[in-house]
Amino acid sequence: MIAHIVIWPILLPLITAIVLMFFWNNSRIQRVLSTVGHGLTFISSFWLAMRTFNGDILTLTPGNWPAPFGIIFVADALSGMLVLLASLSAFAVCVFSIVSIGKGRAGFGFFPILQLLLMGLNGSFLAGDIFNLYVWFEVIIISSFVLITLGSEKAQLEGAIKYVTMNLLASVIFLTGIAMLYGLLGSLNLADLSIKISESNDHGLINIAAVLLLVGFGIKSAIFPMYFWLPASYHTPPAAVSAIFGGLLTKVGVYAMIRVFSLLFIEDEFIRNMLIILAVCSMIIGALGAIVQQNMRKIFSFLIISHIGFMIGGLGLFTPLAILGMVFYLFHDIVAKTNAFLISGLIFKLRGSFRLENLGGLYNRYPFLSIMFALALFSLVGTPPLSGFWPKLFLLQASFADLNWWLIGGIVAASFLTLIAVVRIWLAAFWKKHPDYEAAKKRIVWYDLPRYQKIILLVPIAILTGASLFMGLNAAYIADVCELVYTQISQPQTYIDAVLTNQSNIP
Amino acid sequence: MNTIILKTASKYLLPLLLLFSIFVLLRGHYLPGGGFVGGLIAAIAFVLHAFANGLENTQQLMRIHPGFLMPVGLLISAISGMAPMLLNKPFMTGLWKSDPVPVIGSLGSALFFDIGVYLVVIGATLTILFTISETR
Repeated sequence: MIAHIVIWPILLPLITAIVLMFFWNNSRIQRVLSTVGHGLTFISSFWLAMRTFNGDILTLTPGNWPAPFGIIFVADALSGMLVLLASLSAFAVCVFSIVSIGKGRAGFGFFPILQLLLMGLNGSFLAGDIFNLYVWFEVIIISSFVLITLGSEKAQLEGAIKYVTMNLLASVIFLTGIAMLYGLLGSLNLADLSIKISESNDHGLINIAAVLLLVGFGIKSAIFPMYFWLPASYHTPPAAVSAIFGGLLTKVGVYAMIRVFSLLFIEDEFIRNMLIILAVCSMIIGALGAIVQQNMRKIFSFLIISHIGFMIGGLGLFTPLAILGMVFYLFHDIVAKTNAFLISGLIFKLRGSFRLENLGGLYNRYPFLSIMFALALFSLVGTPPLSGFWPKLFLLQASFADLNWWLIGGIVAASFLTLIAVVRIWLAAFWKKHPDYEAAKKRIVWYDLPRYQKIILLVPIAILTGASLFMGLNAAYIADVCELVYTQISQPQTYIDAVLTNQSNIP
Repeated sequence: MNTIILKTASKYLLPLLLLFSIFVLLRGHYLPGGGFVGGLIAAIAFVLHAFANGLENTQQLMRIHPGFLMPVGLLISAISGMAPMLLNKPFMTGLWKSDPVPVIGSLGSALFFDIGVYLVVIGATLTILFTISETR
């Protein structure tokens, strides 16, 4: 059973979801079992990640069909780390939703669907076959449709329509790209495609397929011209749902882009330049959007767009240092964004509003909590010892080494604007005196919660802040992992060998 | 719909259609058919019965809530996928009994996967249709 470790992070959420469905009407049991399931998934992902950090590329072929014919799951260091972080974030969100998700939503299957969403996320990080990747994307999309509409509030349905339309469009474009590649080269396996693309002379059509995939993944990860659905929908569902969306869903698009543009479409000047232009635009526009918003969750939504730009910029440069920074940023951002949305949910519980003008006085009343929140919020900006600092440093160094003034300007400006956005939240929610405390008091649910529920709400934020601090203070370790990711990404041959020739398969 | 012809016909059609759905399910491995189509046919059988005799009668006939079939089917499919892992083979490897069984043909883990799909499709379709017709 140990040799099957590659598949456990996908199977465990599925098994948990099935078990949860048997307790459809008992939300109390669902809350407990769901947490246990997420815990087990986290343990198996941790195990998988530790094995991939040795530099091995683990593979598993479901159905025992050899690689280019059957599908394959591949775990290299990038997949391993992402599966680990996805499981960690999902665990934190699940613990948060034990208290924050009411009986109404739990009764319509919130917890099983959350498990299936995690299954889709882990599946797409591990897929070694581009059509299989598409299928996992669909699993993610369908579960996220349910999560975003669950509860059927008016605002939710409005947000869901924008979200659903754009994501279905993205899937269609992605599928068209796959169809073109399959029509041209007759293969769907990523490693096999990599060989066939390097041998093919049909550069024009392959570039069109590349652009189709770029647009498809671009919509999903909300980069510059295709971002508007994100701030229109992410602030509508409950905080726990926006946390897992904001932390992970856009990152799947980024991951797919990294995979495709490192393995399949290598050394294409046109696409690299386009990526840098899109990246700079997303950074600036996302950050500009963030500083004018009043709703805390809208601020974070715009910051997602801005910070996706950092990763795409690193991918566009494609120097060792840039990849190091980009991958580090990806890891940091998953934890930081999930945490930011969870914190906004907790602030809602403490003050009864998401809007900055209705908040205030938190530091005065909860000094220790506020310091924990500050650590999480300022790691978004990249204040030195925290996790956001190192990837930004690497990315800046990389753009200076390349003398790419656009990217340098973009990174500096976007970081500065992010600082303004976060400081606005800090001033409005923590330092300012509450404008009308007596009136707001009625909407505050925090005072009615029993003590153990307060602790359950704080635990996930503490876990994620801890993870963020670990990444910042123990940056050498994470940087080693990122370097391993770079060596694996920059030499597609190791990936191809692992998939096609020496499969570490069970007999 | 209160026509005596449909009522009488549905009584005979229900077992026939169910039998046919199982036939389609078993035939599915090498020929057109399989769990998905079989499940749809079985669901149609119950929907027809509900049309003719009213929803309450069909629900009484089924005894269990159709939604319950979904986790059961998923569980059967998941177990059939995981069974090879006990024999240290990758997930979803087909396990086959060496000699064919009369009527059914060759027996393998793929059949149980399909049975799972069959149940999930019945469960999902009937849950949707019953929910729609309940809230008139």
